[in-house]
Amino acid sequence: MILNGNCPTGPITQKWDKHRQEMKLVNPANKRKFKVLVVGTGLAGGAAAATLGELGYNVEAFCYQDSARRAHSIAAQGGINAAKNYPNDGDSIFRLFYDTVKGGDFRAREADVYRLATVSNNIIDQCVAQGVPFARDYAGYLDNRSFGGAQVSRTFYARGQTGQQLLIGAYQALSRQVKAGSVKLKTRREMLDLVVVDGEAKGITCRNLVTGEIESFWGDAVVLCTGGYVNVFYLSTNAMGCSVTAGWKAAKKGAFFANPCYTQIHPTCIPQSGDHQSKLTLMSESLRNDGRCWAPKKKEDCNKKPGDIAEEDRDYYLERKYPSFGNLAPRDIASRAAKEQCDDGRGVGPGARGVYLDFAASINRLGEDKIRERYGNLFDMYEKITDENAYKVPMRIYPAPHYSMGGLWVDYNCMSNIPGLFVLGEANFSVHGANRLGASALMQGLADGYFVIPYTIANYLARITPGKITTDHPEFKASAEAAKGNLDRLLNVNGKKSVSEFHRELGKIMWENVGMARSDASLKDALKRIPELRDEFWNNVKVTGSGSEVNQQLENAWRVADFLEFSELMTRDALHREESCGGHFRVEHQTEDGEAMRNDADFCYAAAWEFKGVDKAPELHKEPLTFENVELAVRSYK
Amino acid sequence: MGGTATTTMNLTLHVWRQKDGNDKGCLEQYDAKDISPDMSFLEMLDVVNEDLIKQGIEPIVFDHDCREGICGMCSQMINGIAHGPDELITACQLHMRKFKDGDSIFIEPWRARAFPVLKDLMVDRGALDRIIQSYGYTSAKTGGVPDGNAIPVGKQNADLAMDAAACIGCGACVASCPNASAMLFVSAKIGHLGMLPQGEVEAARRVRAMVAQMDAEGFGNCTNHYECEANCPKGIKATFISRMNRELIKTIPCPPREAKAGA
Repeated sequence: MILNGNCPTGPITQKWDKHRQEMKLVNPANKRKFKVLVVGTGLAGGAAAATLGELGYNVEAFCYQDSARRAHSIAAQGGINAAKNYPNDGDSIFRLFYDTVKGGDFRAREADVYRLATVSNNIIDQCVAQGVPFARDYAGYLDNRSFGGAQVSRTFYARGQTGQQLLIGAYQALSRQVKAGSVKLKTRREMLDLVVVDGEAKGITCRNLVTGEIESFWGDAVVLCTGGYVNVFYLSTNAMGCSVTAGWKAAKKGAFFANPCYTQIHPTCIPQSGDHQSKLTLMSESLRNDGRCWAPKKKEDCNKKPGDIAEEDRDYYLERKYPSFGNLAPRDIASRAAKEQCDDGRGVGPGARGVYLDFAASINRLGEDKIRERYGNLFDMYEKITDENAYKVPMRIYPAPHYSMGGLWVDYNCMSNIPGLFVLGEANFSVHGANRLGASALMQGLADGYFVIPYTIANYLARITPGKITTDHPEFKASAEAAKGNLDRLLNVNGKKSVSEFHRELGKIMWENVGMARSDASLKDALKRIPELRDEFWNNVKVTGSGSEVNQQLENAWRVADFLEFSELMTRDALHREESCGGHFRVEHQTEDGEAMRNDADFCYAAAWEFKGVDKAPELHKEPLTFENVELAVRSYK
Repeated sequence: MGGTATTTMNLTLHVWRQKDGNDKGCLEQYDAKDISPDMSFLEMLDVVNEDLIKQGIEPIVFDHDCREGICGMCSQMINGIAHGPDELITACQLHMRKFKDGDSIFIEPWRARAFPVLKDLMVDRGALDRIIQSYGYTSAKTGGVPDGNAIPVGKQNADLAMDAAACIGCGACVASCPNASAMLFVSAKIGHLGMLPQGEVEAARRVRAMVAQMDAEGFGNCTNHYECEANCPKGIKATFISRMNRELIKTIPCPPREAKAGA
């Protein structure tokens, strides 16, 4: 099937305005008759629930954490982009749009990206009004910094805690609606299934993580804001609870999953120190404003102290390879370049999987105090984890899984192919193409939540009768029983291996075969090993405790069970995409100097996969991507 | 180079186990063997839990999520100190190099009437959410707000507001206070919003509502122990408490001068 993104016609600068004129509205008095379920309370979910509640809809918001303030958006450090052009350095909506499309290696939908760039400015205004304490200069005006993939300073920030401050802004707006009674918060709930009635999304099935009860909730629309899936690699920068479960359950109910092979490996993370490690910690990309990446030129220098390696024996590889962007090359490119140094036997630190990020030149130029003011909390965090003082010795960094550009397929309205199921933020696939630029995830989450869904959801709700299907419908009972059956099955395997042993094994398969470099052989190997591991899981997993209490092992078990299915789809997608683009690097498709080689003739489309059964091949649907406003060019940062 | 220490440690843990809110609970003793100094405290607990699972014992339940010190989910009293012996961090950022071979470690949940235990080390911190819901926000609606640069904010105030806004809502201040007071948490939010022109408009209504909710939740009062400041993983200063008290006093109307008894 050829999918249609339902983009409005006309010039790109006018599409969103035109669409807003054409969409249906819900009369203020009627809004309270509709109930909307919002799953996840990160930037996208928090913003959506707050805004929909404020508009007068009845909202129920769900999160697996104990509080809506803790979603993993909180961990974003560096900043949020907007085309304000306050620094007067040549920025514009079109330039932000262009950078994002190019940064995504021409695999995103143009109209969605343009809308994102347009509303980016509203986001900053909104956050300021909420009391987000952005960095300011002595005149009292907002300050900006630069980020990868851009030659202008368009990133707004709040020390190294931008995600936290934006999320608290959204959480406070949400809290205001809770007090007003328009939003009901359901914390410590995890969505285990999507309820679909006559082809439309009508509710969800959850597990109450405190009592163990399986609960049904009906809604006239369901909005998934459930983040990304890179915990499929086991070690990633995501929170421990991040999973693909909500999105995957929706996929199993018929929602198409788009471009699952587009995963972002972030270049600046603290390298792994041992097998005990449970997660990897990101060091903000903003550090590359003042830090220089290098590796020793000579292999015999790798075990020396960095200070003992002479200046002429250091390879500042990003500055060498990409002189016009230097250390601010985009993430996919910087990650591959770091891997290249290590593969060449010039890595540093444990396992020789690391390169240096050196601040000495900036400290000489600006002074240690200035660097501390900009990044103090990051340097502190680095020291807590590694026991090293990065003001004195260079940081060691290595790429780590960080973000998923792929996600559930949505049209221009952020609605999936299941009517009534909307997907926002990282959970959808729409704007980042094959690679996301820094400081764009926060922008997308808030754009979708504050400024897109409030309009587009009305266009759907205006066509249906509110409250027509509630939890009395037999589909709810069937869904709850299926979820319960699944949990009982997990509890009753009573095998020998713990859930995390399986998760580690899956992560290893995925990192080695479907990670930063993918080949036909590695992907086929993964496709053989994943089903074997899945089979072993269902015969040999040990889940302690019962289903009727707090049971974190059980929670992990169902998340890993879903990763064991989803990983196969991700691998298939990577195998089918016979090109290299952004974060998807197929070793067969590269230029002589190792750069990604796209194949626009055959692969200029979004690949949306339809689930057909766990052991059956999924069906591919294509949404052709057309570029009317930018020229499909070889992406160069040289 | 990182990963300096190569020798592992053996530790004895005394962990609070409590089946649910109705159970009385008690300390149980477990061995933590072959612990690397490079592990985080929670990774050490992961190792212990894997061992318990192998033995068929239910693993220790504890709240955790981001494991990078920002989500505020983790909540453990380690040897009687909220988030453990290191300063300015949460339990997930505490590393085992702070301990030595043979140590005994006592691990308990936050203790406060307003934070009932749900299971083992997991508590219910809903009271903090309800305090924010009472008025921990500006009433700005989505859309229709002025340009971000329309109202300048002095750098000093912006920086101070950020100091307060760094609160992660973990509840260590409450757990550390002998009175289980939430004054540092509440005053941080009042300070964050009150120091910005966008939040100052509602400052009086905010402080009244939030203090009333804090009292209703059963938190104790502040008697200047400063344990909250000493144990706050984000270094939030108790001066915000003084600032909050000042804001609160400003909202109490002065009694009329010529009020007569019995009038």
